[in-house]
Amino acid sequence: MNALPCTVYISLTGALLTLVLGRRSPGAARVTALGSALLAWGIALVAAYQFHPSPAGLQTLVDVPWIPQLGIRYHLAADGISLTLVVLTGLAATAGILFSWNVEERTGEFFAFYLTLIGGVYGVFLSADAFLFFVFYEIAIVPKYFLISIWGSTNREYGAMKLVLYSFAGSALVLAGLLWAYAAGGAQSFAIGDLAAAATQFSHTQQVGMFALVFLGFGVLAGMFPFHTWAPTGHVAAPTAASMLLAGVVMKLGAYGCLRMALPLFPVGFVFWQPVIAWLAVIGIVYAGLIALVQEDFKFVIGYSSVSHMGFVLLGIAAANVRAVSGAVLQMFSHGVIAGLLFAVVGRMVYDRTHTRKLADLRSMSLYRQIPFAATVFVLAGLASMGMPGFSGFPAELTILIGAWQTSPWCTAIAAFGVLVAAAFTLRVIQVSFFGTSSPSVAGPSHTAAMAPISVPEKIGAALLVGATILVGLKPDLLLNLIEPALRSPLFQGVLNGGAS
Amino acid sequence: MSSLPLLSLIILTPWVGSLLLVCLPGLGARACRGITLAFSLSTLGFALCVLSSFNPAAPGYQFVERRDWISSLNVHYFLGLDGLSLLMVLLTAVVAPAGILASWKLSSDVRFFGLLFLALQGAALGVFLALDFVPWFLFWELSLVPAYFLIKLWGGAGASRAAYQFVIYTIGGSAFMLLGFAGIFLATGSLDFPELSRLGADGTLALKLASLGGFWPMAIFVGILLGLAVKVPLFPFHTWLPSAYAEAPTGVSMFLTGVMSKMGVYGFIRILWPLFPMRLHASAPCLIWLALAGVVLGAFAAMRQTDLKRMVAYSSINHVSYCLLALFAVASANGPGGEPSVAALGGSLLQMFNHGISASALFFCVGILETRSGGLRGAGDFGGIRSSAPLFAGLCGISMFSSLGLPGLNGFVGEFLIFKGVWGLIPWAAALSCLGLFATAYFLLTFWQRVFHGPKSGAAAGGFAELHGVEVVTLAPLVALMFLLGIVPQLLTGLFNPLVGIWVGHFTK
Repeated sequence: MNALPCTVYISLTGALLTLVLGRRSPGAARVTALGSALLAWGIALVAAYQFHPSPAGLQTLVDVPWIPQLGIRYHLAADGISLTLVVLTGLAATAGILFSWNVEERTGEFFAFYLTLIGGVYGVFLSADAFLFFVFYEIAIVPKYFLISIWGSTNREYGAMKLVLYSFAGSALVLAGLLWAYAAGGAQSFAIGDLAAAATQFSHTQQVGMFALVFLGFGVLAGMFPFHTWAPTGHVAAPTAASMLLAGVVMKLGAYGCLRMALPLFPVGFVFWQPVIAWLAVIGIVYAGLIALVQEDFKFVIGYSSVSHMGFVLLGIAAANVRAVSGAVLQMFSHGVIAGLLFAVVGRMVYDRTHTRKLADLRSMSLYRQIPFAATVFVLAGLASMGMPGFSGFPAELTILIGAWQTSPWCTAIAAFGVLVAAAFTLRVIQVSFFGTSSPSVAGPSHTAAMAPISVPEKIGAALLVGATILVGLKPDLLLNLIEPALRSPLFQGVLNGGAS
Repeated sequence: MSSLPLLSLIILTPWVGSLLLVCLPGLGARACRGITLAFSLSTLGFALCVLSSFNPAAPGYQFVERRDWISSLNVHYFLGLDGLSLLMVLLTAVVAPAGILASWKLSSDVRFFGLLFLALQGAALGVFLALDFVPWFLFWELSLVPAYFLIKLWGGAGASRAAYQFVIYTIGGSAFMLLGFAGIFLATGSLDFPELSRLGADGTLALKLASLGGFWPMAIFVGILLGLAVKVPLFPFHTWLPSAYAEAPTGVSMFLTGVMSKMGVYGFIRILWPLFPMRLHASAPCLIWLALAGVVLGAFAAMRQTDLKRMVAYSSINHVSYCLLALFAVASANGPGGEPSVAALGGSLLQMFNHGISASALFFCVGILETRSGGLRGAGDFGGIRSSAPLFAGLCGISMFSSLGLPGLNGFVGEFLIFKGVWGLIPWAAALSCLGLFATAYFLLTFWQRVFHGPKSGAAAGGFAELHGVEVVTLAPLVALMFLLGIVPQLLTGLFNPLVGIWVGHFTK
């Protein structure tokens, strides 16, 4: 448990090491990157295994003054929610490295940026000081730009720029909101607990305004409709490992920020905005699902499906009761794994072999005969993404539906329609991409010969992610037992029970 | 009672077989067929084991297995069996191996076909045995996946579209059923079928659901109804069925019509009726019209088909609608359910089994016509087959007469009981549904006459090969069952009669 901060240090040190080693041999950089990711993940898993929830919620790991004049402390802490997401980060990072084993261009730098991003993400999930949170958040944003603009594909400059501009705009809003709260509270401290205590004295208008700034800022990163447009273009432009992290982990940063910062700090503001968030969430679920249904680019389908699934997270958060929010956190984990898997299949297994992502081209290839492993993984991931029972998406969505019903039955009914839409677009893309009808003239032996077999790192990575989604699908208690006590802590108690009308 | 977890074994053994085939990629076609058939037959073995120690007179569920699963949702891994479940398990045990035998000549991807078929069989068995919503829904949804691929990859020209339509329709229904159960959980904190049935019977469930306010209790009922109605299918949610059944390969059509359509009827009897007796009672007068439409229009639509497989598919809609007609008639009855209710409900259960046997036999016969003629299956494409293949003609004829309800064969008993019961409850509905009976007789006899009699013509002009080894082994047991159950229906009715008596006394107020 107390080793958790090391996840941040290991990732950042690993980044430095790969940068140095990568100049000599790409192989060393790969192994170092994998080693540090595995080590950090191992620490996270051990911490989660040994974790005992405490009634206070966050358990402090490190707490030293950083900029005492401003009341800023280097304060890292963890509870069940952060642990869940830290474990997810470790898993996604490890799998991402396995799926980037074939990066040959500036390998050292690639993994350096990658591990920096991971380090920043770990930091965000462990921060208990709003300022520190923000610093790590920025650390995570910058490497994304380079990963996409240097190693990306389609429209990479545009995608990278759009993503970074949205991210910075979002973080500017967050910063404005937090500074406002800090100033209005007497400029004493950035600790989340202190800010929350100070916020109880704020006027209604102040709370409503601050909440709007902070939630909107984080919501942009979580892919909240209508500020989601960076997500599909960014995901599509990014190299495989980066799209896995973007959809798998970075979007969770936004949702985590909403949950960790916006809700506990400004419960009054939350009550005011709650219906709006719920409606935006369900519109996002259905709208993004319908858009995904008509995409012609394989990766865009997955990109929009991410937006649709994050809508469930936001719906769960907006429902403001322990059940729905625990479902939302479970959905964050679940979507992190599934989105990673989907992007891995599309970007690494399919695109690197066929050099096309156009569904019309893939349709004529009948890929399941040539790369059956990829087809199997994609079908499993697709089923998980549809919310099929037995996979992690199902307990998450069921919990969210039950919880959200309590607050807003109408939104829940529309979200259930979203489940149907998700089934429709997932099934369509499975059908067209892998099981298209091959006319013998097209799918000649030339195709078969050209297709490289699925490599061992890909198989291991896929097995890890598929294993995780099935394990959590069959035994959601593993995570729910971590998450629920955290939501019953005093910090969340006020907003989650009172939040519902 | 044995301490073996027999019900888990029933469900999991086919899945183990499926997994085995996944793990043995280099296996030859013959070995794959053998493994598939052996694991599929395991269900029959276990079912007979269960049958030998099953006590029909004992109330409640037997062979119960219950373990904690998801504590935060109060979900248990809960399996149990009563007469109805046992009936369905037996049906699956008969139809699934027949379906595999019918696919014996399949040459492409035998291993993949076998593993999907076993996965489908396991999931279907799970639906009949699970007593908690989450495991039940797991099996219910998982059964779609292998069915989808079986239709899509081995089906006819329009298979992709048919498979997609089939899955989207069913998942569409399921999404609203899921929503319904989310609401039920919110109101009661339980997803356990026996527990919810108890609450449903004494009216507590209705009261608790009323706390959700507005029209939501009604919406929950409609959501669950939709999910089940699509699966059965109840008119007008049947439009996916003809193309799915017609495009699927023969063995899969047999399983779809024999077992999967029963999953929906099973859901009506196991879930919808016990949970919402009053609401079903109130809406039964409307639902009866839908069931009648299925009976009459299904039969008339079948009459208009020239494609024999589509004809059998439409006749499936007609036959399954009888089961629901009986159920709705029973649910609509005022006052304590008497002898007609018992007859109707017993007939409905019997019809589920009988239709499974006779419809899958008919699909198999059409499949034979199709393979022998190189893909033809129009009613006008054949003629005079009887003289070149008398055994085939005989067995196919028996299946037809079983399907149209000739006394002495199994179909008669179920339909007779349904008519007798419904006549006592709602005479006009029974009278109207006779139209379906006439139409069925008409189109089956036309089929019989065109294909088997007259001068040799069409694809059979140059003679028609007689049934051989595997085909006889597939069809003969089904035909034998038709006779056996036609003459001694007590074999089955004995399993569920006490249950039916209890239900009728319990639910009809």
